[in-house]
Amino acid sequence: MKRVYFDHNATTPMHPEVAIAISAYLCELYGNPSSIHWAGREVRKAIEEARELTAGFFKCPKQDVIFTSSGTEGDNLAIKGIAWRKGNEGRHIVTSAVEHPAILNTCRFLERQGFRVTYVPVNSQGIVEPDTIRAALAPDTILVSIMYANNETGAVMPLSEIGALVRNAGVLMHTDAVQAVGKIPIDMSTLPVDMLTFSGHKINALKGAGGLIVRKGIEFERLLHGGHQEQGRRGGTENVVGVVALGKAFEILGKEMAAEVDEVRALRDRLEQTLFKRIPDLVLNGPPSAMRLPNTVNISFRFVEGEALLLNLDMAGIACSSGSACSSGSMEPSPVLSAMGVDPTDAQGALRFSLGYGNTAEEVDYAVESIVSVVDKLRAMSPLWHPKV
Amino acid sequence: MPRGRILAAMSGGVDSSVAALMLKRDGWDVVGVTMDLFGAQGDLPGKCCSFDDRMDARRVCDALGIPFYVLNMKDIFRDKVIDPFIREYACGRTPNPCARCNEQLKFGALMRKAHELGAETIATGHYAVIKGGQNGYRLFASPHKKKDQSYFLFSLDSTRLSRILFPVGEMTKEQVRTVAAEAALPVSQKEESQDICFVPDGSYSSFLIRNGIETPDGDFVDPGGKVIGRHRGVIHYTVGQRKGLGVSAEEPLYVLRIDAAANQIVLGRKTDTFSGSAIVDSPSFVSGRAPAAEFRATARIRYRHPGAKATVHADPSGTRLIVRFDEPQRSVAPGQALVLYDGDEVLGGGWITCASD
Repeated sequence: MKRVYFDHNATTPMHPEVAIAISAYLCELYGNPSSIHWAGREVRKAIEEARELTAGFFKCPKQDVIFTSSGTEGDNLAIKGIAWRKGNEGRHIVTSAVEHPAILNTCRFLERQGFRVTYVPVNSQGIVEPDTIRAALAPDTILVSIMYANNETGAVMPLSEIGALVRNAGVLMHTDAVQAVGKIPIDMSTLPVDMLTFSGHKINALKGAGGLIVRKGIEFERLLHGGHQEQGRRGGTENVVGVVALGKAFEILGKEMAAEVDEVRALRDRLEQTLFKRIPDLVLNGPPSAMRLPNTVNISFRFVEGEALLLNLDMAGIACSSGSACSSGSMEPSPVLSAMGVDPTDAQGALRFSLGYGNTAEEVDYAVESIVSVVDKLRAMSPLWHPKV
Repeated sequence: MPRGRILAAMSGGVDSSVAALMLKRDGWDVVGVTMDLFGAQGDLPGKCCSFDDRMDARRVCDALGIPFYVLNMKDIFRDKVIDPFIREYACGRTPNPCARCNEQLKFGALMRKAHELGAETIATGHYAVIKGGQNGYRLFASPHKKKDQSYFLFSLDSTRLSRILFPVGEMTKEQVRTVAAEAALPVSQKEESQDICFVPDGSYSSFLIRNGIETPDGDFVDPGGKVIGRHRGVIHYTVGQRKGLGVSAEEPLYVLRIDAAANQIVLGRKTDTFSGSAIVDSPSFVSGRAPAAEFRATARIRYRHPGAKATVHADPSGTRLIVRFDEPQRSVAPGQALVLYDGDEVLGGGWITCASD
């Protein structure tokens, strides 16, 4: 069976050059970076090179980069770390209704500890409007955390504007940029953001490694108390392989991102435009492409359940995603689409296609044919579907 | 020889796991599914459909090399099974959610999902037998009475049976376990669940109270209407119950009837618990219609009931049956299914609405 992977917002395949870069660290280079002997030194060097490559990609000082185990850990470190350190100054946090669970559930946890959290809404395109942030700020607000781009719709938030107004108010600004990294240019030298989360496995590096960029001078509480790794900001022996992979992935992105993004955007546009041309009664969830990640499109297929569509496509070898999966793997209505005010029936018929490195025009065409035929088949079974003549 | 696609409903238990295994060996393109009926999280640990069971179903499918999906059927389960269960209990009836679930979910909504997934047939791990013949598909009890589950399947008609397989239907539990062990399925020694899946602790009253149903105290009365005590609310009692009534009398008392409208529970002696007949609502027959306006059959009035010879009178409108037992039967409970057999063959059945002399 042909296999097509259109779920790059969930995770990405490893880049072959990353695989080459890490191979030595799977076997011969095994030292502990904290050791002073030769075995430690050669590995320590690799970690610091990766940090430099990462910092180079984001245009930030290299000591601002803290490697973590995941985007989730980066988000936890930013939010809990600030809340626990600055809890005496204020106990109010602002975030949005469409954040990743790593943000939302961390905020809910803090609410149980006596913090107040404002979850600002999004507009019908899934975008956080700066005015809602302005209105949400309170005298005791200590942190605003707004994602750079949404995983389900690809909506890119007006982060420069939001960051500027938050910082003008004297409040710290964090962004979960896990979905944005590698897809839109990010320049920490101009972006008004104090902390930024990234993840390795979304950029063709490895699962189990990510990071948080924290501007110099910002104090935060540790989550993992332990050794002096990451300048004492995150204990635990470094995930050497994961960190080396990150460094390599950022190095590749630095060189190839612009061309790669153009290519992926063309494929995504081809998919999106052909589907809208070939299949009636589709609804685009999210903003128009100018305000959207170049690789993402989220479509409601009216008169079809997303679950049936997703499983049929899986059986045809096409991997995409729908709403959000609960712990058992069953599909739930998407909180992101609900927050946008998408009609619940439309939300049930929503699928997200997220393209990336390695996808081809041929795959897009194969997927389109499969989607057209599955949608036709399912609509023919639907009592609600009456084709227009 | 390829046989097409089949949807195997997997509970994570040994029966449905072996069913999937046997289908795979028979050359079917098996797709394993588990219905997500009430969420894996929250206060429902343990039994059927729990998170662990889903993990088991997934492990079995991985071992068999077949796809596995969890289908979200929470809304329809609440609508068709849990809510009616709550309503019936609050009305003083003794509902049978497993039969409803078979009718509405496993062989209702799930069949529609199967169709959507390109499978015209579905399989479960039930112990019952389907035979196809010139007169359509017919349903029979398992030859092994101890495990027979045909009682819960009475509402299936010939058309639906034509799209169902029970791969372990004629096997014994021991045979099923042996097959599972030989194939090294991770569930071969798993214990069985007995309770209703969404009431894992077996306490219906606390489940109902959690769901906002509370019934006020009221009177126990004797068959003549005389008040003989106080009850704690109708949801705490079922027809036929003897223990825990808290009313002293010269001989043991039993719940005869629950009149939720009057908030009264009628108690009587053991001899009073017998009914000569039952009225059955919403009848259905496997063949599509009653064998005759009046016919003889064996009636089972609850799951473990051995069966009672009876004469069945089918109302010409097709909306109800009057079942007159040769020998009066104990505790004919409104809300339970009454299932009619001719020997081992399931003829059909319906829902008991009332019992009378």
